[in-house]
This record gives sequence, structure tokens and C-alpha cells, in this order.
Amino acid sequence: MSAITLDHITKTYNKGAVLAVDDVSFSVEKGEIFGMIGPDGAGKSTIFRLLTTLLLPDKGTANIGGYDVVKDFKAIRGILGYMPGKFSLYQDLTVEENLEFFATVFDTTIEQNYELIKDIYVQLEPFKDRRAGKLSGGMKQKLALCCALIHKPEILFLDEPTTGVDVVSRKEFWDMLKRYKKQGITILVSTSYMDEATLCDRIGLILGGKMLSIASPEDTIKAYPQKLYALKSSSMYRLLTDLRGFEGTANCYTFGEYLHLYIKCSEEELKKFIGDKGYSDLELKVITPTVEDCFIRLLKERDERRSSDQNK
Amino acid sequence: MSDEVVIKTNKLTKRFGDFVAVDAITFDVHKGEIFGFLGANGAGKTTAMRMLCGLSIPTSGEAKVAGFDVFSQPEEIKKNIGYMSQKFSLYEDLTVLENIEFYGGIYGLSNKEIKDKSGELTEKLGLKHEAKQLVKSLPLGWKQKLSFLVAIVHQPKIVFLDEPTGGVDPYMRREFWDLIYDAADKGITIFVTTHYLDEAEYCNRVTIMVDGKVDALDSPKGLREKFGVATIDEVFYKLAREAKRSAD
Repeated sequence: MSAITLDHITKTYNKGAVLAVDDVSFSVEKGEIFGMIGPDGAGKSTIFRLLTTLLLPDKGTANIGGYDVVKDFKAIRGILGYMPGKFSLYQDLTVEENLEFFATVFDTTIEQNYELIKDIYVQLEPFKDRRAGKLSGGMKQKLALCCALIHKPEILFLDEPTTGVDVVSRKEFWDMLKRYKKQGITILVSTSYMDEATLCDRIGLILGGKMLSIASPEDTIKAYPQKLYALKSSSMYRLLTDLRGFEGTANCYTFGEYLHLYIKCSEEELKKFIGDKGYSDLELKVITPTVEDCFIRLLKERDERRSSDQNK
Repeated sequence: MSDEVVIKTNKLTKRFGDFVAVDAITFDVHKGEIFGFLGANGAGKTTAMRMLCGLSIPTSGEAKVAGFDVFSQPEEIKKNIGYMSQKFSLYEDLTVLENIEFYGGIYGLSNKEIKDKSGELTEKLGLKHEAKQLVKSLPLGWKQKLSFLVAIVHQPKIVFLDEPTGGVDPYMRREFWDLIYDAADKGITIFVTTHYLDEAEYCNRVTIMVDGKVDALDSPKGLREKFGVATIDEVFYKLAREAKRSAD
């Protein structure tokens, strides 16, 4: 049996004026790390709130650990841990008081499940008497994860848990998630860092309230439909402006020290265009796309559809 | 980018009791430069930025921002810079237009200038249809773009951006950077922090702060070569791993 199942879930706001989640169905297996990737306003947080029984769906059904999100909400709240996108612990309680509070609410103690949070909590311990509101971003995130785990949930919901967190702490965080996965905990996570998407077992790309594709990161990349080029020169801004002005360009965007490009002309035409511009130190190569490239391509297509709709 | 120095610090330091949040940092930033200010959580980036914005008086050292002294002329500094804090700083219950009008008014723009700016900014953002909507109804990426344009509504010499793209999706992050490039091209100096290390590559120079100190300062390419690694991520790992201070 799947740990999480959504069956044709729809949710609107403002009496139907805003369609936040549009007929979404998918399931997450026990012990899987499933990543939801999508732009701001795609509906990710609404899905989290529906699954954590904080919102009622307009249509459709959803199951968490075999329980129905509407009928059995009380049972579900006992088996899930939730880290909302916005820091939601008690700012005026200390680190230790917050943790004790959540343990007590779930009818357990810190000692009882200490093993599960030990690795994170040792880093928090020097600050255990500090008020939660006075912690840095990285520490708040660690405390929120501890509080979400203190009752030993079967399923973890993490809504952008690493936003504002530096790259070293993010790596530690994901190492931790891998350990929880090994213990059989199912994890549904959203992120705006595409390097984290590749660490999930499967990722769902979500756009405008619809789930567009669900696949492993490897298969998501394999499905990329055409050649992707990476280019570099000593004058990157000029190169970007030139390529964006080229009629054979389908899309050109920055990607770290390179530009990434896909085209709607032939490779010869591209090479001729660049050749005529006279770059002395140009590097051009064909590369394997990343999940980020897949994501950008999807959004570019959406924007083009939007502007062609408006021109109609 | 020109040779004109718009930010100059010399052993700038901030202590909170026994804790040295910013430890004798020294560097120059040039006019029109995009200056990336990286570091782990708790390294001291926000504290350093707040001193440069005239919001926090340094304990010791020297700094001049836009030609004004951080100790004696913080009010002059505030007039000549823009600041986009980590926390979203527009008024959620005002509309897009009302926010532009409000900040334009605060910075002493005339009514005509405000009117022109309102048209220009909503056009630039593609928010013409949303101009009369409350800001809280906009997706995060749009809010951040609006915050940025509002932070430079008075054409400041320098704009300080504290994690402007946190939580913003990869597509929107690039649109945000297009706005940064555009502003830098017009001579506004950009001082920016980020946790997305691909964005470090978009800066002219980058510094990585560790335990309150400015360790490495160079172009992204220079840093990669100096550390003998392929990406800025690896430079960051090497430096941040050695940090003694925990991110409290």
C-alpha cells in the first residue's frame, strides 16, 4: 500500500475564483523521498496543507497511511510530521521548551524518541535556553525538523525546508533525510534548489495547479527533447545579448559560469551566427541537461503559450 | 564598471558583548560593480550589511559608503542607497501602485516623478494588470522583483540586497538577475548576498565570509583557479568547512 495517495484532488480559493490545485493524482510509496518542484504559486503549499488535514479539498480524495484526509484527520495528525514553509514554532519559547511542548502535545517525551533527533539536537543543545525567535535561519530550520520528528511520525511533509540555508547545512540536512528514509519514513518535500531535486527518488513537476510529469530525476533528464548547448566567452553579457537577439535561438539563459542554449535552427546556422560575431575565446559544447534545465524549459513553454493566448 | 570606489571599509568590526560578529573586514567596491557577498548562515553577512547601510554603528574600524562615513553620516548614507532586507519589506496590504507611491514619497520624489516611475516599473515588471492588486496576492518571485525596483526607485548609488532570491524558483531567479544586470549597466552598484552559488558566477567579484572575516576576494574565475577547483560550490565547501563558529 502507498503511504500517500491523491485521487483527483481539486482545491479552489475565493469561492472558486482561484484554482490552486487542479485534478491532481499521484502516490508516494512507503520509504520514498518524493520531491515537488514548481514555481511560486504552482500549488505546492496547498497540496501540503490538504495532505496535513489543514484544508479540505473541493473534490477528490486523499489517503495518508491508509487514513482518509477528511474523515480520519485525527488519526493522520498522529502519524505525520509537518514543517511548513513559514517558521511556525513559538518564537517566545526557548529551543527546549518548543521541543517539550510538541512532545507533550503528541503524548510522548523528548527522551522516548531522542534517538531519532539526536544527530540534529546535539547541534542545537548549546542554544537550548535561547528563544526560538532569536535563532539564525539554519538553526530555526533544525529546530523545526526536531519538532516535526519528536513523535516519530511515519510520514514527513517538508515545505521548502532549506530556503535561506547555506550549501553546507543543506548537504547535512539531506544526509539526515536519507537516514530517515532508511528507517522507513516516507518524505514528501518541496524545494527551489534543483540540486536537491536530484537527491529525490522521484520528482513531480507541478505548474498552475497541475502535475505535469512524475519520474525519477534520471528519467526526467532523459525526456529532454533536444540538444542543449553550453557556451562561454570572456564577455558573457555581450554573448547573452547577442544570442537572445538571434532568431534561431529558442531560449538562452545564464547557468553559473556558462550560458545554456537550445535552438530552433540548425547547428550550422548557430555556428555561423556566432562565427560572424567574432568572439576570440568562445567555448561551445553539447551537454547533458540537468533537472534545472528541464524545469526552465517547461516554464519558458508556459510563458510562450501565455503570450500567444494574449495576442489572440 | 569604473575605478571609482563607492564602498570602502578598513578593519570594520562589530562586537555584541564577547562575540565578534564582524571581524576587521577590509575591502573596496567599485561603481557599477556586482559584488557578491557569500558565507554560511551566521558568518556575519547581515551584520556587515547593516553597518554599511547605516543601520548599525560599528564597534571599530572605518567605512565610507557613497562617500559618507558610517559613524558620523548614517542619515546621508540612507538617502544614497537602497536596501532590500531578507524579510519582505513592502506593505502587503497596499497595492503594487500604492507601494511605489509610498516609497517614492519617502525618498522625496516629486508627484510627477512618482507617476512616471509607477508607469515605468509596472511596465518593466509586466504587472500592468496587477497594478491595483494588493501586494500579498502576488507570487513570491514577483514580490521580490517589485521590492528590488522599489529599492532603487530613487536612483541610489548603491543597492544592498540581502538574499533577494531565497525561495524563488530557478526561472524567476534568472528574471530577477536580468533586473540586476540592467541596474548595474546604468551605473548602480550592486551588493548582494545569496545561497544559490550559481548566482555567484554572475557577480564581477565575490567574497566569502567565514567566522566574521573576509577570507577570499576575487572574481569567480580567480577564486576557482586559486583553490584549484571547478566550481564556486567547492570553494565554498573548502572555506566553510574550516569555520569554527556554529551557525547560531
